[in-house]
This record gives sequence, C-alpha cells and structure tokens, in this order.
Amino acid sequence: LSVSCWKKRIPCSNITFLRCCQIHFVLLISRQGKVRLTKWYTPYPQKQRSKVIKEISSLVLSRGPKLCNFVDWQGYRVVYKRYASLYFCMCIDPADNELETLQIIHHYVEILDRYFGNVCELDLIFNFHKAYFILDEILIAGELHESNKKAVLRLVTTQYNEKDKPACTFMCSCEMHYWVALRIGVMIYHDVVE
Amino acid sequence: MEQLRTIGRELAMGSQGGWGQSKEFLDLVKSIGEARSKAEEDRIIARELEHLKRRLADPDVPRRKMKELLLRLVYAEMLGHDASFGHIHAVKMTHDESLPLKRTGYLAVALFLDERHDLVILVVNTIQKDLRSDNYLVVCAALSAACRLIGEEAIPAVLPQVVELLAHPKEAVRKKAVMALHRFYQRSPSSVSHLVSNFRKRLCDNDPGVMGATLCPLYDLILEEPNSYKDLVVSFVNILKQVAERRLPTSYDYHQMPAPFIQIKLLKILAVLGSGDKQASGHMYTVLGDIFRKGDTASNIGNAILYECICCISSIFPNPKMLEAAAETTSKFLKSDSHNLKYMGIDALGRLIKINPDIAEEHQLAVIDCLEDPDDTLKRKTFELLYKMTKSTNVEVIVDRMIEYMINITDHHYKTEIASRCVELAEQFAPSNQWFIQTMNKVFEHAGDLVNIRVAHNLMRLIAEGFGEEDEGADSQLRSSAVDSYLRIVGEPKLPSSFLQIICWVLGEYGTADGKYSAPYIIGKLCDVAEAHLTDDTVKIFAFEIALGRKIDMLPECQTLVDELSASHSTDLQQRAYELQALLGLDKHAVESVMPTDASCEDIEVDRNLSFLNSYVQQALENGAAPYIPESERSGVISVGSYRSQEQQEASAHTLRFEAYEMPKPSLALATSQASMSTPPADLVPIPEPGYYKEDHQISRSQPSGDAVSGEFGVKLRLDGVQKKWGKPTYSSSTPSSSASSQQATNGGSHSDGGGSTSSQVRESSYGSKRQQGTEISAEKQRLAASLFGSAPAKADRKAQASRKTAKESPSTEKATASSSAPQPVKEQVTPAAPPPDLLDLGDEPVSSSPPSADPFSQLEGLLGPASSTPVVSGTPATSSSKAPDLMSIFSDDVPTGATSGSTDPTLGDVNLMSSLKGATGVAAKKGPSLQDALQKDATARQVGVTPTGNNPNLFKDLLG
Repeated sequence: LSVSCWKKRIPCSNITFLRCCQIHFVLLISRQGKVRLTKWYTPYPQKQRSKVIKEISSLVLSRGPKLCNFVDWQGYRVVYKRYASLYFCMCIDPADNELETLQIIHHYVEILDRYFGNVCELDLIFNFHKAYFILDEILIAGELHESNKKAVLRLVTTQYNEKDKPACTFMCSCEMHYWVALRIGVMIYHDVVE
Repeated sequence: MEQLRTIGRELAMGSQGGWGQSKEFLDLVKSIGEARSKAEEDRIIARELEHLKRRLADPDVPRRKMKELLLRLVYAEMLGHDASFGHIHAVKMTHDESLPLKRTGYLAVALFLDERHDLVILVVNTIQKDLRSDNYLVVCAALSAACRLIGEEAIPAVLPQVVELLAHPKEAVRKKAVMALHRFYQRSPSSVSHLVSNFRKRLCDNDPGVMGATLCPLYDLILEEPNSYKDLVVSFVNILKQVAERRLPTSYDYHQMPAPFIQIKLLKILAVLGSGDKQASGHMYTVLGDIFRKGDTASNIGNAILYECICCISSIFPNPKMLEAAAETTSKFLKSDSHNLKYMGIDALGRLIKINPDIAEEHQLAVIDCLEDPDDTLKRKTFELLYKMTKSTNVEVIVDRMIEYMINITDHHYKTEIASRCVELAEQFAPSNQWFIQTMNKVFEHAGDLVNIRVAHNLMRLIAEGFGEEDEGADSQLRSSAVDSYLRIVGEPKLPSSFLQIICWVLGEYGTADGKYSAPYIIGKLCDVAEAHLTDDTVKIFAFEIALGRKIDMLPECQTLVDELSASHSTDLQQRAYELQALLGLDKHAVESVMPTDASCEDIEVDRNLSFLNSYVQQALENGAAPYIPESERSGVISVGSYRSQEQQEASAHTLRFEAYEMPKPSLALATSQASMSTPPADLVPIPEPGYYKEDHQISRSQPSGDAVSGEFGVKLRLDGVQKKWGKPTYSSSTPSSSASSQQATNGGSHSDGGGSTSSQVRESSYGSKRQQGTEISAEKQRLAASLFGSAPAKADRKAQASRKTAKESPSTEKATASSSAPQPVKEQVTPAAPPPDLLDLGDEPVSSSPPSADPFSQLEGLLGPASSTPVVSGTPATSSSKAPDLMSIFSDDVPTGATSGSTDPTLGDVNLMSSLKGATGVAAKKGPSLQDALQKDATARQVGVTPTGNNPNLFKDLLG
C-alpha cells in the first residue's frame, strides 16, 4: 500500500520512475534553520526546493530531543539526526528501512569526521564542496554504493593534493571560538558508546 | 559578534594557503552566517550574485579564480537563489584539463542541472571524452556526473563506454560503472535490458564493494520480475552467510558489524525472492536463524539488520521457528526505551500480524503506550498498525480513535489519508448502518473536502437503498435517523460542500418520509441552506433542486428564491430555475411521474427499441417518409459518419487530434434543410414521460434556424464543428447540436454529482425517443441527431460504467447484505427475544450519535487494572446483573440502548445477556467480511457468555487478538 501511495506523489509528474532511488534528497540544516548542504537525487525544480527545505526544517527543528528520528512528510519519511548544531536529514520512501538510513547518515558523518579530523560545522560551511565530494563517493543516484570507509577516504584524498587538504590543526587550535566547541565529532563518539 | 568577526578574519588569513579560498569568499560565508534575518541574507546574496555576474563575464579571470567563483555560485544556489546565468560557466569548466577544476566543474554541473536541462547536451560530449581517459579519477568524476545527467535520449551515447568500464582494473571505476548502468536502467529499462547479464557477472566480482554495489541494480531487477532470478537464491544465501561469518575484509565492518549495509540489501533481495516460494524460502531459514542468533540489539545497526530480517521473514514462506524468533525480537523492540526502536517494533508487528494475528496479543500494552505517546510519528505508525488489524469487533474503537486524532491535525496530506482510512474501515466493517452513518457524518464534518467524492455517493446510496430488501422498516428508521441528525447539523455555519450536498439530498428525498417533519419545515431549512451558501453554486443547486422537487405546493419564500435564481449569473442555476418553474406549471400527475418518491435507486427503464413509437413510424412511412437506414449501411452519407465521429471525439476527450481535418464537402444538408424546416411538428408527438417538455420545445424551436445555419455553412466551411471546439460544453454556440449537448453535459454533471437524481435520466430517455424520431424523419435530422447524440452513447456508457463502479465500490455493503441474510434466521430462532440487530440502536434515542461511554478506549485502558473494571460494568444495565464478560463492554453502546428499547428485559439475566450479546455480534457480523467469520464470532460470543472470565476482562483480546 505504502509503495503505491508514494508512487503517485512523485514531485515531477512528467518523469516516471520504475522504483525511485532509495534516498530522495539529503539536507544539512543548522539549528537556526540555515542550509548547509543540499543534494537532490529526485529532480525538484528550484522553486520547489526552497519550499521543501522550509517545510522540512520547520518539521525537524521543532521536534523534541527524546522523540524518534523519523518524521512523516508528504507521504515520504524524513530521517534526521542532530550532530551538535547540525541536522542531517535524508528523505526516503515510507517502505524503506529507517534505521538503516539513520546509519547511512552516521556513516557519512564518521567519514566527514575522519577526513576533516574532528569535524565541526565550520568545516562544512567553508568546505561544503568537499562535503559534496565525500557524499558523492558514498551515495550515487540515491543509493549507498560504498560502505567501506577506508575506500572512500582513499579516493577522496587522492583527488586532492596535500595543498588542498584542510588545515584542521588550525581549526583545532581555535578552542576559544564558540563554533569550534560545537564539534560534530563529540557527538559521534557519544553515539558509538550508545 | 565582534569576537566572531575577528575570528573570521583570522580564519581568512590563516587559510589563505590552507583552503585555497580567498578572503572574499570567507567574508561572504561569514556575513551570511552573521545575517540576522532572511531578508538580510537575501540582500547579501543578491549583491554577491551581481558581483559574480560581472566577474564571470570577464574573460581574463584566471582558471583557479574561476573555480572559486563557481563555488560561490553553488553556494548562492544552495541558499535558494537563482544562479542560472552561471550554469554555462560550470559546463565550460568540465572541459578543463586539471583534475581539481574538472571535478569542481562536474560538481557544479551535477548540482545545477538535471537531465532535462538544455545544457546537458553540451556536457554529454565531455562525459564521453572523459570516460575514455587514462586517469581513473577523471573516469570516476565523469561516471558520477553521468549518473545524474544522462537522460533517456543520451543513454546510447555513453552506454558502450560504460559497459567497457565494467571490466576496468580499478574497483572504484567498476563500482561506479555498475551504478551508472543501474541509473540508466531506471531511466529507460529497454535500452539496458540486453546488458542485464553483466550485473550477474559483477556479482562475482573480486571486490566486495563492487559486489555490494551490484546488489542495487539486481534488487530493482528482481522487484520487477522475481521469477527469472530464482536461480540466484542460493548464491545470495551463500554471500549473506559469508558476510555474516565475517569473511569480508574488516574495513567493511561498521560498529563491529560485518558489512551491515550489504547484509541489509541481501535481506531485501531475499525477501522478494522468497515471497510465496516455499522452496526458495527453504534455503534461507538457516542463514536467517544465524543472523538472529548473532543479532546485536545493543547497536543501531544491529537493530537495523534485525528489523530487515523480520521484514524478510514476514515476506517469505512462513516458518514457525523463524516467526517465533521474529516475534521475540519485535517484543524486544517494543519494550525498548528508544522511540526509534519502538517505532520499528510497531512496524515489524504490523508485518507479522499479517501472518499470525495472535502475535499482537502480548504487546497490547506497548501498542497502547505508543498510541498515547506524545511523539506524533510514533502515533501515526501505531494508527497504521491499528488499521491493519481492524476487524468487525474492534472497528468502532479504532475508527473513533482515528477520527478523534484526525480532528486535531492540520497536516492536509495526512488528514486526507487518515480520513480515507476511516471511510475504508467503516465501509468494510461497520457493525450497523446507524454507526456507519454517524461515523461518516463525523468524517465529513471534519475532513469533508478532503474525502473522495465517491464516498459521498456511496453514503447517499446506502441511505437510499438501505441495506436489505426485506426489512423496509429498518431502512426507513435508518433514514429518519439520518434526517434527524442532518437536521441538527445543517444549521452549523461551516460545513464542507460535499457534506452539504449529502445533507440536502437526504433531506429532500427523505425529509418528510416518516411524517415527523412537515414539508414546509424541511423546505424552509433547505432554503436557509441555499441562502446561507450563496457562493457555493453546487450546494445551491442541490438544495434548490431538491427542495422544489419534493413538494408541489410552493411556499412564498421558495418562490422568491426561484425568482432570484432565475436571474442568477450561473447559467446552470438559471437553467434549473427555469426548468423547475416550467415543471411546477405542469399538473400534479406529471410532477409525480417525473419525480417519484424514493425511487432514486430504481433503474430507469429505457425502452431501447422505442416500441411505443412503432405506430407513429408506420404512420410516417405511410405518409411518404424515407425508411430508416442504419448508419453502417449509409455508404453515401460519409459526411454524417465522419461528422459524428468528430463530434464524438470532441465530446469525449479534449485532446489533440493528430489526423488531418477532412476536406469540407458540400453535404446534403442544404438539400434536406428544406425538408427539415417543414417537419418540426413531428417533435410534438406525445412522449410517455412528460418531463422536460419545455426542453423539447426549446429544441424544436431552435431546430429550424439551427439547421438553416448549418446548411448555410455546409456549403462553404463546416463551421459548426469548429465552433463547437471553441465553445466549452457549458456555453452553447449557435448550432442546436452544441446547445443540446451542453445541456447534456450539464445534466451529466448533475447526475454524477447527485448520484441518484432521477430527472437527468428521465431527460435522457426523452432524448432517446427524440433521437429515434429524428433519425427516421430526414437525413438532416439524422445528421442533427448524430451530432446531438454522437456523444450521447459514449456518455451513457460512461454513466453506466460509473454506476457500475459505484456498485463495485460498495462490495462490502452488498457482501454484507448477502452474508447477513444467511445467519440471521438461525440467530433469531435461538434468541427470539433479541430484536433485529439493526433496531438495537434505533429504539428510544435513534439520534444518539455518541455511545454512552464517552471514550471506549480510555475505558479499555482503565480495564487493564482488574480493580477498575467495575465502573464500566455498572455503566451498562444489562450486564450489571452478571459478571462482565469482556465482549460486553465492547458492545456497550449497542447493548444498553437495546435493553432500554424494551425488547430485551434486563432482569432476564444470563439468558438475556447472551441473547443481547448475540444480537450485538449479529450486528458486528452483519457487515463482516465473510459468513465464516460471523459464525466464528458468534461462537466466541457464546463461549464468553457462558463462561465469564471473571474480574480480569481481556478486553484487549477484542482489540488486538
């Protein structure tokens, strides 16, 4: 039933999908509702994108801390997780495995963390293109295609010579800065302990 | 703030070499980060875009700088601004030699464009070139872009190269090539179908990553046609086994789980392959058991695998041992503190109860907890579960709950969904018509505009037809209770229009049926409605038509309303007003035959042969008229046929016509128009149904002139057909054909709106008779008739279809009537004291819309503690004499009214209790899905009645068991 109901609601009705990709889009939103990264695997026109972002951020940001990490949205399901001040959201079909998607998010965050070295929101703001590259190595066309962290990191780093690598040591020294305190990495290790 | 600014500057300076980004860019990001409002942010971005536009147009920008400009463009677009002026620069950058620049170009292109964009054509060429590159990183970048940008038309351009890359030495390239092929398959299955064997081959790839990626396309293919991949079951099971036994490199581990994402994908595939296939499922049990045993419920990923396992088990051929393991895991999920796991547990439970409904029993408490949870997502999921486990015994509780929840939500999307679910459940399981109508009232009241219009028609149909042929009394009581409830509701200020239509129709049809309310009272009410909803045309039409259709004696206020409406701006309304005035001018007998009482569901008999015209035809032939030639034999009159088909097309679908227009021919219209001019009196032949003779007049009046017009045009250009094209069906053009068909159209509309409005059918039949005459009288008339009714048969067909559809839509009702007729006599024999089930609710207070206990569900909860069971018991007079059997309180709203209605004596004690119970189950079974079900339920009821379960009522059994 659920499969048939989402099929009717594909945003661009002039394109028909056999089975839509696993993940329709990825959103990174800050706690203030600012967009940090968007990746669309199902084609949405620009106008609709802003609407979607607005709807999802109001949905996700208003949820309490103890509630579950899934929200219904327009017949889809949005899986989100908060790391420090950043919300990572992925939109999937209601028939999909929500817990798995939650782990895909976590997988992505872990790779970001390894790449940037104790990643924080600031890293993603200034290096959003790298966050995109990493995402591309994990998800293609909305499907998870590489679950091997090392392989992803190897590929990403070989594409950038040393000069291009982020100056994470510099970032880490900025202890006094309040942004830096909001390390996403801190959350990661919490999650592992959980 | 100040601090932030300094830090930003510091960062900017520090990162000059580090990030390769200029201060400008950092400033931009920083200022946006500091922006306090959306407007401020927009201003900054607008300024930035202006700046970028200037810079990008500058031909001397160094390439490295260009990269940064592009990233700033990406940033602006990410924040929701239009940066389309820069898209071409992104495309240009993909041509660059340097890898970082190329990659940035591809990144920007993939973010900016999608496959339908015009610029993609320019990228395809680059992708083609890059796929041949020696540098595998370039190939990777090109493949990633191809996944996003290659649409259906461009697939052949890159397909050969992508297939070649499947054998590339680098696993990263192979993997991406597989994914690209997968994407192509999704876009256009036919272009890739011959390459499916490649996916099978890649399944045996040395690299686990490639194998894992191959599972994605295979999953799609298997979903499409599982049967051609049954041979892979054993391989999949083997792979899964190896993965679970940690044979893969440890780099695939994730939180100490061996390659969990691959495991999940494999489980998904196995679930599809094993579905309904005992043999294939047989291979899977061992490995599934292993996974359950090794299952790690401490980590999220472990739970994700376990959940997928449960899904798999519930999908494949059931195995008791596996089900047991699945149930055990589900209960762990449900008992967990984590909302996520509870959610998954509810979902898993929903899957498992399809196979074994008993599993739900032990989780009653957990389910109720989830239903009460403040978390909306969890609540909705639980409603989904309840929806899946609804039966005739618990439908009232569940639907009441759903409606209660529905009232309070604002999300339209979900409201629609839950409303349609309520309707579906109510139609399927309603224990009594009374309840059904009340439930529908509630649904319509709160979500009326969101409910499918079909549902409204079904409801009207139910009220009109009642539910069995044999008990007219029950039907009329049902109707009068519906009338009562509607009269109460109708005054409320905000009612959805579809609901108002129902109300008006029911009041009009049955308002005076039981003599309780006088006609003027009802008409007054309806006039009030019509006046209150001046803006809503359909409602007005409804109220108006029905109010007047009912009674011949006109009230003064009614008259004013009609007068007012005959000057209305709505043509439809105006026409109806005139029709009604004309109708009221007729004698009483005529009105009665046009609008018979309570005949909305009786089929109008249309004499297709029009035998009553035989004598007239004979007479006409004797007078020298040409005999009728069936259209198929009329070889000479091509124009009529083609004209007709044209008309038909026009009327049935306003789509593009691909065939060319025919050459205009001087038809025989001119020749015969003279004849037709002389024959109008033929129309005044008496028709058995006197209704709408005004229309006949209208047509006969307009015919000659119309014919003359079309005759005139026939010589030069056949403009009448063309004219029709511009005139929408509701607005008549100059030709009689279109004016008549416009009436036809509006009639059809009103018919489909009203469901049971007889008048349109009557009208149609009168048209039918006219047609016959027309065709026999002259060729011109034939042509006219053809143009008039070219669309009519199609319309009639559609109408028939529609009615058939509605019949199909209410199979539950029909089934219910079928099944109810069988068990009922038996029951009545056993318990003569029990009233017919339907009457239970209709006794003293047929209007009681709410059961005596305000919230049965909270009572259920109260019953959890054995001590609290008493209040419920004392609430029901019939049960107070004995220990409360659990079933009793489920039907508590039926029983007390039944008892007070006087047919069952509360003092009779056990025997009577039983009988009333049976009555209640009778009610429940009446709408139930099958006879067997009903009997079974009867048996359980008896059992419960004989052996009350003491002070531990297991109410939840009814709800969940």
